[in-house]
Amino acid sequence: MLTAFLVFFPLAAALLLHFAKGSAARILALGASLIELVAAALAAFTFVRTGSIAGVDLNWIPSAGITFHLGIDGLSLCLVLLTTFLVPIILLTAFRHEEYENPGAFYALVLFMQTGLLGVFTALDAFVFYFFWEVALIPIYFLAGAWSRSDRRIQITFKFFLYTIIGSLFMLAGFVYLYLQTGPAAGSLAAHSSDIQAFYNLKLSASEQSWLFWLIFAAFAVKMPIFPFHTWQPDTYTESPTPATMLLSGIMLKMGIYGCLRWLLPVVPLGVSQWQQLVMVLAIIGIIYGAVIAIRQRDMKRLIAYSSLSHVGLMIAGVFSLQAIGLQGAVVQMLAHGVNVVGMFLVADAIERRTGSRSLPDLGGLTRRTPLLSVCFLVMLLSTVALPLTGGFVGEFLLLAGVYQFNMWAGALAGLTIIFSAVYLLRMYQRAMLGPDSAFSDTITDLSGAELAMFAPLIVLVFWLGLFPGTFLHLSEPAISSILTLVGR
Amino acid sequence: MLPIVLLSVFGILNLFLGFLRSNRVLLPLVLVVLALIFGVNLLDWNHAGSLPGFLESPYISQMLTVDNFSVAFSGIVLLTALVLLPFSRSYVVAGEPNLAEYYSLLLFSLVGAIMMVSYNHLIMLFVGIEILSISMYCLAGSDKRNVRSNEAALKYFLQGAFATGILLFGIALLYGATGTFQVAELATAVATPTNQTLLPMLYVGVLMMVIGIGFKVSAAPFHFWTPDVYEGTPTFFTAFMSTVVKTAGFAAFLKLLVVALPAASPVWLPTIQAMCVLTLLLGNVGATVQTSAKRMLAYSSVSHAGYLLLGLVAGHGQLSGPAAQGIFFYSLAYSIATVAAFGVLKLVSDQRQREDYVGLGGLARTNPLLAFVLTVAMLSLGGIPLTGGFFGKFFIFTAVAGQGHIGLVVFAVLMSMVGIYYYLRPVIAMYMRPAEPGAEAPIVVDGFQSATLVLLALLTLVLGILPGFLSGLL
Repeated sequence: MLTAFLVFFPLAAALLLHFAKGSAARILALGASLIELVAAALAAFTFVRTGSIAGVDLNWIPSAGITFHLGIDGLSLCLVLLTTFLVPIILLTAFRHEEYENPGAFYALVLFMQTGLLGVFTALDAFVFYFFWEVALIPIYFLAGAWSRSDRRIQITFKFFLYTIIGSLFMLAGFVYLYLQTGPAAGSLAAHSSDIQAFYNLKLSASEQSWLFWLIFAAFAVKMPIFPFHTWQPDTYTESPTPATMLLSGIMLKMGIYGCLRWLLPVVPLGVSQWQQLVMVLAIIGIIYGAVIAIRQRDMKRLIAYSSLSHVGLMIAGVFSLQAIGLQGAVVQMLAHGVNVVGMFLVADAIERRTGSRSLPDLGGLTRRTPLLSVCFLVMLLSTVALPLTGGFVGEFLLLAGVYQFNMWAGALAGLTIIFSAVYLLRMYQRAMLGPDSAFSDTITDLSGAELAMFAPLIVLVFWLGLFPGTFLHLSEPAISSILTLVGR
Repeated sequence: MLPIVLLSVFGILNLFLGFLRSNRVLLPLVLVVLALIFGVNLLDWNHAGSLPGFLESPYISQMLTVDNFSVAFSGIVLLTALVLLPFSRSYVVAGEPNLAEYYSLLLFSLVGAIMMVSYNHLIMLFVGIEILSISMYCLAGSDKRNVRSNEAALKYFLQGAFATGILLFGIALLYGATGTFQVAELATAVATPTNQTLLPMLYVGVLMMVIGIGFKVSAAPFHFWTPDVYEGTPTFFTAFMSTVVKTAGFAAFLKLLVVALPAASPVWLPTIQAMCVLTLLLGNVGATVQTSAKRMLAYSSVSHAGYLLLGLVAGHGQLSGPAAQGIFFYSLAYSIATVAAFGVLKLVSDQRQREDYVGLGGLARTNPLLAFVLTVAMLSLGGIPLTGGFFGKFFIFTAVAGQGHIGLVVFAVLMSMVGIYYYLRPVIAMYMRPAEPGAEAPIVVDGFQSATLVLLALLTLVLGILPGFLSGLL
């Protein structure tokens, strides 16, 4: 019941938003996202106390053996918590943009997106997973395109949409093939079943798994994105309105990594071991490529976009190390990266709203009049750089340990991500906040109380993840070990 | 049977109602009668015979048979006509003098369509196709002061008459080889040929029938008439043409190939596969280069014929199971989305006087409802989840993949990726491009049409969210 509520409540709220105007729409949207957060917290308490949460398992298309199967285990729970935690902050960011036309529709699409995301993170049937996977794409396409002020928005969002949907159609083809290999589920009249368990039980030859791996991985590779499927990402992140960028980078990207953990590694383990090294190489290329390009960027959002590309590379490398510590690192880093990247975009947004520019050469010497903003910026930045005590450190440390166990040289190369990110992020901080005064140095205003309230939970979580990562590691540990058991079978 | 009788009788009565010269009465009357006939049609579900004990299927010396298959497909064509009719409001408002004739022709064409989905005898198939086609030839040219409409009618008629000739020739050859017109007898006669020397005649007959029906459903390489005819025909009738004709045509095709001629599959299966590949390729690639939304929908309807041909590939021996199910669901989702798309397009083109993507600019601002409905329709035609079109494709693709035709499915999936490219273009125009200068005024939509559009969007979403209740029907 709680699972169904979590997935569908945002959708119901989004529909209701159609009837709300002005500040009522804001209150309704924010209220709904907070209720959702409370529900997620409740789910977490239930999970900690009893070890499980009742899922949903309904007949969806009985004649085809497709069930509407949702469930939350420790891994799902981490991502559900991340999503429900970030959506209120993303909504609050959207509230700051008075210039958005038809804001009610904007908030409704954010909530609609939340339903899609939560559906992806809880689906336990291949076609339900695919369904929500695409459901999440439709709102973000409109959010990124219709509210963007960029001249190139049409081409950029078109490219984004085509890339992601083509990737996911490959995944669908892979799922259909797997589905046709399954036998009937117990007590079902249909000849096949698309339940995750039926997929896990399949015994496919190594050659089948080899190409199935690429069909399924195509969708995840585009979504994360991994080099060389990333070309849609920097433009989309840069030119989308900031709340949409936050959804893309903070949550939607994790769909790809979650998909790898849940639907790729355990379903085609032989394919994974066959292509493991290639993916690792691509991931490490992505790490270095993203970082090198980030160093040269002037636009703050674009810089963060490339930085995200680099950090995602490390997460992929950790996942494909197939070490328990690497996978656990990926879970923590998914949370930490979600918080960090949303925090970084929040900073970029705060500066852009004040100065009308996010270009580093225009900025400089802002810190004098903005002590609070500087502190928030620095915390988010240091967590992204993976300084000890912050969430980024725990995540990246575990990931690097996993990659190192896989291969020492891979570990060494992947470790460059920390050095590089220190270079480009500190450079960004220095150019924007320190350095010679710019036209805005004397006029810029500091964070208001309301803005500080948006940063506060992010900062709390950064330190929580850094000091007590066990909270989340305990949640995901059983799920990760069962995934690894399936991989090792 | 009862729907055919009622439609014919009311069609003739309706001609006389034209003398009243009161268009305002006509539309509601036709709507109510169609709704009634739709209900009467559903009465036949699971028991063959409209009035038990009085009229039992099969009818007319076993020439027509009513079963769940025919009821389901008749249901689609009647529903399509029902939801399309509100968009003829502009004729009512404009005081079109021939409206009663138009409605009668539509009703007669529905008779043809229902005969096509319930034939049990090849002559009935032929008669059904002709009743449907002749009505369509007239309606294509109904805008008689417009050169394009005249061109459309002439092109459609000349090519259509030729195709009908080929179809009839095929039927004759088939009769010559087997000595029967009956579907069930054909199946046994083809499976156990008594005279081997007649086999070439039989196979040529099968191919000619495939060509004849292929023309009607605009399957490549017999699709060349489609873009010109669709573009020239008044939008209201284009919508009818691209939904009812296609649905009925594919139901007839399915029955012919998998029930009457399963034993001839070595001949028709490769043909259908080749046509399918060609249709998907030409339809989808053709649609990408169009600048007119109406022409794009014409090519898109060609491409949908390709997906439905794909469904035929999976059929074997019976009018139930995955293939029939897939074609049923696909036709339904396609018809609803197409009516919605043409409905919006008609409203826009009537009031902004242009049918290209530019004419859709800024629609999201001036008419959010129209933009939303067209978006849902486009997503459904593109096969994106949350809409019925996704499950239509899904059912067909899984049915075909289940028969082992993996290569074909992969090709169809690649083609549907191309489809997403052109279905997104109207959406981009509506949501991300401004209106043309001078076209910023909202489009006037009366409440009835708005309600119909909302209903169509909802139906599409319901098919996409809860496909279960319709997926096990056949």
